Amino acid sequence: MSGDGDAGVGVAEDLLGMKRVEIRIAGPRLLAAAHRLAPAAIAAGLAAGLGGCAGPLSTLDPAGPAARSISVLMLVLLVLAALSFVVIFGLFLLALRRRRSRAVSQRLFLVGGGLVFPLVLLSVATIYGVVLGERIIGARERPALSIEARAERWHWQFTREGQGGSVTRRDILDVPAGRTVEIVVTSADVIHSFWVPRLAGKIDAIPGMRNRILIRADVPGRYGGVCAEFCGTGHAEMGFTLVAHDPEAWADLERGAAR
Amino acid sequence: MTALKLHNALETIWGRPRGWRGVLTNVNHSDLGLRFMIAASVYFAIGGVLAMLIRAQLSTPRAAFVGPEIYNQLFTMHGSLMMFMFAIPFFEGLAMYMLPKLLGSRDLAFPRLSAFGWWCYLFGGFILLGAMALGLAPDGGWFMYTPLASKTYTPGINADVWLLGITFVEISAVCAAIELTVSVLKLRAPGMSLMRMPIFAWYILVTAGMMVVGFPPLILASTLLEIERAFGWPFFDPERGGHPLLWQHLFWLFGHPEVYIIFLPAAGIVSTVLPVMVRHSLIGYGWIVGSILVLGFFSFGLWVHHMFATGIPHLALAFFSAASALVAVPTVVQIFGWLATMWAGRPMLWLPMLYIGGFFFIFLLGGLTGVMLAMVPLNWQVHDTAFVTAHLHYVLIGGFMFPMMAGIYYWLPRLTGRRSHPLLGRLGFWLVFAGFNVTFLVMHLTGLLGMPRRVYTYQPGLGWDWPNLVSSMGSFVMAIGFAVVVIDLGLAVLFGRRSSRNPWRAATLEWALPMPVPSYNLASLPHVETREPLDRGHALARSLAAGEGYLGRDREGLRETTGVEMVSGRLTEVVVLPGNSWLPIATAAATGCFFLALLVGLYWLAPVALVVVAALAWRWAAALGSDTDRGPLDAGRGAVAPPHHEAEEAPGWWGSVFTLTADATFLMSLLFGYAFLATVAPGWPPPEMARPSFAAAGIVLLAVLAAFLAEREGLAASRAAATARARAGYGLAATALGAAVLALLAFGWLGLPAPSGHAYGAVVWVLLGYGVVHGSIAMLMLAFVRHRLAAGYVSPARMLEPRVVRLWLRYTLAAMLLVLAAIGLPGAASWRW
Repeated sequence: MSGDGDAGVGVAEDLLGMKRVEIRIAGPRLLAAAHRLAPAAIAAGLAAGLGGCAGPLSTLDPAGPAARSISVLMLVLLVLAALSFVVIFGLFLLALRRRRSRAVSQRLFLVGGGLVFPLVLLSVATIYGVVLGERIIGARERPALSIEARAERWHWQFTREGQGGSVTRRDILDVPAGRTVEIVVTSADVIHSFWVPRLAGKIDAIPGMRNRILIRADVPGRYGGVCAEFCGTGHAEMGFTLVAHDPEAWADLERGAAR
Repeated sequence: MTALKLHNALETIWGRPRGWRGVLTNVNHSDLGLRFMIAASVYFAIGGVLAMLIRAQLSTPRAAFVGPEIYNQLFTMHGSLMMFMFAIPFFEGLAMYMLPKLLGSRDLAFPRLSAFGWWCYLFGGFILLGAMALGLAPDGGWFMYTPLASKTYTPGINADVWLLGITFVEISAVCAAIELTVSVLKLRAPGMSLMRMPIFAWYILVTAGMMVVGFPPLILASTLLEIERAFGWPFFDPERGGHPLLWQHLFWLFGHPEVYIIFLPAAGIVSTVLPVMVRHSLIGYGWIVGSILVLGFFSFGLWVHHMFATGIPHLALAFFSAASALVAVPTVVQIFGWLATMWAGRPMLWLPMLYIGGFFFIFLLGGLTGVMLAMVPLNWQVHDTAFVTAHLHYVLIGGFMFPMMAGIYYWLPRLTGRRSHPLLGRLGFWLVFAGFNVTFLVMHLTGLLGMPRRVYTYQPGLGWDWPNLVSSMGSFVMAIGFAVVVIDLGLAVLFGRRSSRNPWRAATLEWALPMPVPSYNLASLPHVETREPLDRGHALARSLAAGEGYLGRDREGLRETTGVEMVSGRLTEVVVLPGNSWLPIATAAATGCFFLALLVGLYWLAPVALVVVAALAWRWAAALGSDTDRGPLDAGRGAVAPPHHEAEEAPGWWGSVFTLTADATFLMSLLFGYAFLATVAPGWPPPEMARPSFAAAGIVLLAVLAAFLAEREGLAASRAAATARARAGYGLAATALGAAVLALLAFGWLGLPAPSGHAYGAVVWVLLGYGVVHGSIAMLMLAFVRHRLAAGYVSPARMLEPRVVRLWLRYTLAAMLLVLAAIGLPGAASWRW
């Protein structure tokens, strides 16, 4: 990922400080600033004892750019929500202490509190969400590789066109680490949903449709995936594993497919 | 006449017979409202037990308590019961009970319709409970996504139980919606203009209006899926030109407004109870009315936010994301209206206020996570996880249960004449509040840790063990809390201290009624000039009991109440309401036979049941009306007004307007589905298009024109008292309409492809069926007016029935032409003789 001169290009330390990742934000500087500050806040939050947030399927332990930027969005929204909650519920609690009737400014409450307050916060949140969404779907990005994920009750078939023809694996999705991969998701029967929580959001597997999602694992490793849309009695057991290979292993895999 | 004599006279008119006969024929709104609330509470208890079983299963990883087959039934029934059998019927019941009392009326506009709705609800519930007892309960999740709920993947009767049972219950919801809309608009105390209505009536008006247009898309979706399951017409099958997402669009087109349909009545309780608790009248009444109107309108533009992960283009998602965020604004306006009222007043932490505090806390959090979910990228991560489960419980329990509990405790003296125990009630509140937050606060985290919804079990080592255990423990605390509340309410009903007439010193009319509530509500009806008509002393209550208001008399044993001009509240008519009857229960039973016949596959029986329903409907309509011109009547207080049979805008006319609005929404949803499939579904254009026949279409057009003209002539002749000519006109119109129906069928027979081959054929046949069914109904109605003319129920003064039938006929004719155009125009090139 190279900076393309966008208004705000934030560079943040990875949560564990092991690796540098870039988070690019096109749009207002304010949001970019929030984006720069938020990872620090996440780190602080983690330090404050949210260590239990790690987990093989945890969205709070992101390992790819999409999931990471969404976890930042989550935190920013959480802070905004907490502030709003404190203001409104604080007003409620303070009001309970009143013992005498007094005139209040209707304009302050209804225009200030009812209109201006939510409109400002909601506009910020919505613009942030839309800009981030555009970035995540990667309309301008050319993925390195395309893999087909076909859901069928109750397992996944992952098919990749290699140098020597197509390779299909059941419930194991091989990808190269550090490269953006396009997953084309379809279904053979009912609606399922493709989700690798530590890497990206989910996309439904719908019969008759070919949905796509971009996914990238920053470091080699195994990442858990699940079916997120209820699909019948086997729904709970419809998991899969995404294996992100380092460049050598990936090259071996490609060669193996060629043989 | 003394107050006691007046009371006895009115009790004779409005009371019900003793024993079973009284139970089965009763149409009184207080009794029916209570029944709705009690039955809904029973469903809440059943749904709650199912929730406990769910939590028991999820409390530990790899639990072997239930398997997936049972678990899927548990969560499907939990959601379905809470949504369709508890939340909606409960507030319907409360609204039915309270509205006439708040509005200074004696009953709702269509008492027999209320009773019909009640029996549909009861019988529909039996279908669901029966299936559950037999282990055949629906198991596709409460939103029944296709193709999982289609015949291939749910071959059993489970899905049919949901589709038919819930649709049967929805008839009751649509009846209530029409009933409540018209009652708020027409049946108020004279002088009560729209802006003088108690704020609760505004909330119910908007909610009921939303239900009128919110339920038809779901009824359509259920109808289409049931047709697909029963006869193989492929609306949702992508192999044959259908599309699974059509179901989701139709379902959420209903499902999102549904959330506001549930929330608004509860917010109405907050707006009603909070000002009384803080000893200050509501600040920002106009703002709140405006914000609920905006909310009602915009809630229909958000449904796609349930579908952010279905692969819809991001630009469209961005639009729905912004709309979903903005819909929070009218809610925040209400919240700040309530806060301003609190700041201006002296809040008293009585039990209802405690529940309102619980509402503030929980609903705020639910609303805030709702805004988070409206952000598309975050939604991609947490959609379909426990985070959403937590969010929706915060919204629904915070935004519905807590205000409803506030309302129950607030109106308990009104409902029972008793007050509850001060300590037990508080204990119940704190247990429910603490148990709820322990259960669902941590569930947000469970979702963020990656736990999907609707999994019957999970593996250890995913970090989900302790949050699930905490949730399960919290849920049992909450269940104990509800048990304490039930005990408290039970003790209050049985042994509670007797309450004074207006214990909270509120200013709305329901507290002017004597205790216990008489069947006729008020011995005479007040003239309302302010938003807070009740005085501190009981002067108004006493003068109404003495018959000094409107209609404080016994006129020929008729059930009378005042009808007003909708906006100004000016007295326009004396509405004569029908009394107790067997018709509602009989009609509901016949309707139930129709649904049961479809459920068990006795398809020959279904049309028989429909004929019985039609015959009963005829009798029902024939039992209303009047065969004598009365002219303006003395309405008391020196006012005169005609009986509603002789009024221009009687409740029945408006009832038809709203029924047709619901009907038109059904048709529009069907056309939306047609357009959606044509543009989005794979396999279009279809291999075989319609080859419409000019001859058949021409006959339809001619017959429609003839029906239109003949009815016009018939109505004009009725107005001129030319009965013979009028009867001829109606007879001709009915015949022409019959010809139109037959020609429409011929049009389909000659030119349309088979319905089971491709979704196109299925949709055009359903469109055609819509025209045929409506044509047949309108034909019956024309025949009915012809019959009524002969029997003397129509006169130049009493034109209500012809005018109502005109509405139906013209709608039907327009619908037939629309159907013809929708089928014929896309295939314009392939017309033939």
